[in-house]
Amino acid sequence: MAVPLAAPPGAVRAARGSGHRRGDGKAAAGFLAPSGAGFLAFTLIPVIGSLVISFFAWPVLGRRKFAGFENFTDLITDPTFHRVMLNTLVFVLAYVPLNLAVSLGLALWINSKIRWRGLYRLLFFIPTVTPMVANALVWRLLYQPNGLISQTWETVFGSPAPNFLGDPSWAMAAVVLMSVWQGFGYNMLVFSAGLDAIPNQIQEAASIDGVGPFRRLWSVTLPMLSPSMFFAMIMTLITSFQVFAQPQIMTDGGPGIATETVVMHLYREGFIQYELGTASAIAWYLFLIIMLVTALQFVGQKRWVHYDG
Amino acid sequence: MTADLATRSTVPAKPDEPPLRPTAQRLGPRGIFSQVLLTLVLLLFLLPFIWMLSNSVKPGDEVFSSGLLGSEVRLGNYGEALAYLPFGRFMLNGLFVSISGTIVVCVTSVLAAYAFSRLRFRGRGAIFMVYLATLMVPHEVTVVPLFILMQQLGWVNSYAALIFPWAFSAFGTFLLRQFFLSIPQELEEAAVIDGASKLRILVQVIVPIARPAIAVLAVFTFINYWNSYLWPLIIINSQEKATIPLGLSYFLSQNGNEWHLLMAGCAIAMAPTVLMVVLLQKHLIRGIAISGIGGR
Repeated sequence: MAVPLAAPPGAVRAARGSGHRRGDGKAAAGFLAPSGAGFLAFTLIPVIGSLVISFFAWPVLGRRKFAGFENFTDLITDPTFHRVMLNTLVFVLAYVPLNLAVSLGLALWINSKIRWRGLYRLLFFIPTVTPMVANALVWRLLYQPNGLISQTWETVFGSPAPNFLGDPSWAMAAVVLMSVWQGFGYNMLVFSAGLDAIPNQIQEAASIDGVGPFRRLWSVTLPMLSPSMFFAMIMTLITSFQVFAQPQIMTDGGPGIATETVVMHLYREGFIQYELGTASAIAWYLFLIIMLVTALQFVGQKRWVHYDG
Repeated sequence: MTADLATRSTVPAKPDEPPLRPTAQRLGPRGIFSQVLLTLVLLLFLLPFIWMLSNSVKPGDEVFSSGLLGSEVRLGNYGEALAYLPFGRFMLNGLFVSISGTIVVCVTSVLAAYAFSRLRFRGRGAIFMVYLATLMVPHEVTVVPLFILMQQLGWVNSYAALIFPWAFSAFGTFLLRQFFLSIPQELEEAAVIDGASKLRILVQVIVPIARPAIAVLAVFTFINYWNSYLWPLIIINSQEKATIPLGLSYFLSQNGNEWHLLMAGCAIAMAPTVLMVVLLQKHLIRGIAISGIGGR
């Protein structure tokens, strides 16, 4: 197994001669070579290649053929693709606000008069680093008919519990709930860091001026936290469009295709149907949507994000 | 273990400045209520983990019929899970891939970040912009061409395919470049006057200062490799090369009803990441504060 390469000694020796002012072209080539070569081979060329492949009918076995925009237009008219887009959108629209609300709420709570803050933060953070597949399996057990959640439901409501993962009207909600549980800890830490950075004097000044706690939260704390919130929102939106492992493990996209997401569809088209052209076109649709949503966020931020203060 | 986190948040920025917000020292009745309630929320939140551990030591037929404790505590389930599928093998594969990948990422990122932050050369800005631009591209865009590339290299079902495609992402370079830029250049001047080579300056002056940032990069890179699922699912087709998430999914598809063994497998899969987070929490928290790495 090849393990990495230090900078080529030749390049470094060459650099010693050349003066600082005159540029370090040769040294730079040496330092950049390992990263640059890998970046070119495994990131840049694949990104471009992906766009090229998306214009081909490209089966894994058999002859590939230029197809123009056919992959893209076929997808646009495919009811299955409509459904997986809709599923993903529903997931994003439910998951992102819930994630932000829970993470912000807990960050504020832990930042109030609470002991052992570090311990709480650490424990809430844990599911974000444990393998998603393992987290999803644990929840798959929790959601089983007659599992812990069903038993609790029956005790509390006295009526038979729905089959959470098997009922089309419950399955997506189940996936969202599990995802919020596993994912909010990260944003909670982002918000905690943001809260720690707010100088105490500002809170105190507002407090002396007779500003009540709710007003203080709304008019002082949240505006000062808005850059963190903007950052968290962007990152969470981007990653939530890429949701894959949770539905793959918990529902396998089912029942029917009620929880099949865009990335699951990409995986099926590309690596089960072996239609690599279609899979690439799906990836570019995903990329375009992510870019569009991110751009909209950046346009919208002027209205609510305060960078100075 | 958690002292770092706790003090970090409660100690005011300047030592001579009195703590203005009520600190955690005195808890009134409302404070105690809030603390108790938060602890209950935490326990509810931890319930999936507790349930996993409890079921991982139950007899198999009691998973759906007993409460937190079964009729006996069967630690043997762990041994049985390890024997059922080669979980030990999956762990070793995961460790090997994650550690190798992390080393490649750290070494190449340190070198490239040095070039971008300290060396003058033509096209520096343009090349860096290309790096930055790819940060926005979701991984899913590259999996198809990478799959074709792996076929052509003959790397399908190999460790190399698990390690290299993700070892040169722009992220590490970007993160470390930002950190290197914050290091004052004067610190290197003595070494420059002594005629030290650029590589020596990097290794002996910059890297020690940048250790916290490199640690952050290393921890998150390791965790990303360890947890990676989509790519191994695409490129690996044997138990011999499978990493932990893939191994768990094999287990699910082969015998998804053996919940007690499956839960033991999940606990085994989680252990290294939990251990890392507990041991390296200081770096993780700081890393999130300075970089916004990771992000789900």
